[in-house]
Amino acid sequence: MSSSGQKRGHVEQSQAGRFLRRDRVFNFLIPDVVDRLDVSDPVLLYLEDVNVAFDGFKAINNLNFYVDSGELRCLIGANGAGKTTMMDIITGKTRPDSGTVRFGRNVDLLDLSESQIARAGIGRKFQKPTVFEKLSVFENLELAMADDKSVWNTLHCKLNSEQQDRIATVALTVGLPEQLGQLGGKLSHGQKQWLEIGMLLMQEPLLLLVDEPVAGMTHQEMDKTGELLLSLAGTHTVVVVEHDMEFVRSIANRVTVLHQGSVLAEGQMDDIAQNEEVRRVYLGE
Amino acid sequence: MNYSSRPVSILDRWIVVAIILCLIAVPIMNQVLPSSHALHLGVFNVTQLGKFLCLALLALSVDLVWGYLGILSLGHGAFFALGGYAMGMYLMRQIGSRGVYGNPDLPDFMVFLNWQELPWFWTGMEHFPIAMIMVVLAPGLLAFLFGWFAFRSRVNGVYLSIITQAMTFALMLAFYRNEMGFGGNNGLTDFKDILGFSLQSDTTRIGLFLCSGIALLISYFICQKLTRSRAGRVAQAIRDAESRTRFIGFNVENYKLWLFTFSAMLAGIAGALYVPQAGIINPREMAPLGSIEIVIWVALGGRGTLYGPIIGALIVNYAKSWFTVAFPEFWIFALGALFVVSTLFLPRGITGLLQRRSDQ
Repeated sequence: MSSSGQKRGHVEQSQAGRFLRRDRVFNFLIPDVVDRLDVSDPVLLYLEDVNVAFDGFKAINNLNFYVDSGELRCLIGANGAGKTTMMDIITGKTRPDSGTVRFGRNVDLLDLSESQIARAGIGRKFQKPTVFEKLSVFENLELAMADDKSVWNTLHCKLNSEQQDRIATVALTVGLPEQLGQLGGKLSHGQKQWLEIGMLLMQEPLLLLVDEPVAGMTHQEMDKTGELLLSLAGTHTVVVVEHDMEFVRSIANRVTVLHQGSVLAEGQMDDIAQNEEVRRVYLGE
Repeated sequence: MNYSSRPVSILDRWIVVAIILCLIAVPIMNQVLPSSHALHLGVFNVTQLGKFLCLALLALSVDLVWGYLGILSLGHGAFFALGGYAMGMYLMRQIGSRGVYGNPDLPDFMVFLNWQELPWFWTGMEHFPIAMIMVVLAPGLLAFLFGWFAFRSRVNGVYLSIITQAMTFALMLAFYRNEMGFGGNNGLTDFKDILGFSLQSDTTRIGLFLCSGIALLISYFICQKLTRSRAGRVAQAIRDAESRTRFIGFNVENYKLWLFTFSAMLAGIAGALYVPQAGIINPREMAPLGSIEIVIWVALGGRGTLYGPIIGALIVNYAKSWFTVAFPEFWIFALGALFVVSTLFLPRGITGLLQRRSDQ
């Protein structure tokens, strides 16, 4: 209760402050949140005291979760541990009952819509690959590209050569340079997963949320995906949700274990694997 | 470097050529050929085709939101009728003192109702430019307000279809009332002339036919430009995976709102061109069944293409005019059968069938 009261106070204060500033009279002229994001702190994403209940079932229970800039974090947990719900909260799909969710030092994600969150620099890859099936791979990447996404701009904008190069580069990165003209729906399952990752890259997000990237992939594809994710860490901050322990071991340095909607353990993969409690609730021993 | 998902179809060009040929040939067939000639076309047929071209434009506007954006609107009849009423109001004011009661200011139905002066919303409707602005403004505004509330509350799918249907039904009931000031049950009719040209003369009728064809062509080009722009691809992305489109940063509500409004304006223009050729506008144009019929034209022609709805509208309406003469009672069954056949066997419509032929 006290935390929500605090939060409301904070919002009121900041709104009053905004109102009093002479350069903020015409709010609609203020550029998108992207330009205002302050990432001077080492911590990029804060979730504090977050609670969500669905019909009385506590999907997220006093969750505290922090991600540093540039890190590759793996998130594991049994079914129903709250992994996907947490992703939904960060991307604005689900609103928490209470708690704070902040991006960088100054952006309160709970104030933003899904599309604003995406433009602020959080990209998400879904569990089930969803690419635009009736559009070509090239067009899929084009739409995802970080650009002015207003109706007016998209009505008349043309791709410049720089943007075309960028699309070609990303297609190469995710291994789909031959498929640029193909329809998204015609790709194989693994290729769709890569296209989704490619779309994420086109968004140039600061934070990538990747939900089960290797589900249904062959070993070869898995290795390729692992390499891809590792190469992204450092320049991007990546949070990966994954069931496949072998895969997690191959990429992660830090692992967070979720259980019944809160963090059960956090640390290096080897420590986690040794942790008694984790073994009991998650590894099933 | 072209990685577009849609190769330009031959039909895309053919339909334009066909409309242009039609615009050239029909006036010649009517005016130049003697009435004894086998290819002579009577004025009735010219006006009929003109009306069908307006309906084709209406179908195009529905396809823009249904085929490209995934919004199944069952209320476009309302936008069509609003555009028609705006034009009807202008035409009523042109009658002047030639009405039955000879009142220079008030249309007949207002005199009949014992009204003393024009209601405020009839102000300025005697001026053609103002009436033309209202033709797009009235449906556009209704669509904008409707969309503002519906899309912002994320009403989707069949629920949205139902409330569009409710909207046109509510509007129809309102327009049936005499107090609304739109002629109630009888609507607006008995028009005399437009911009000083008599509506009874052959040349005016050919002019209206040409205007309908040109409006359809221009709208077709605008829609083509629109659907081939990035905004058009965003619309298709919304149609196929709405929440995914949100998560790559597009404000889905804005796209829906503007496209829906634009589509309503096109429907309004179609209505405005239809009314002087039909000679009447009344609330029956807003009947729920009428809006469903438009959807059938689009489905039968092939949605998601721009030529499909035009072909569908022409085929169904010619079939309707033939049926209602030959077997008047059976038209509604034939329409139902058409719908069943097109959903069962022609999921992509008639043009989908042609497309498949030309692909092979």
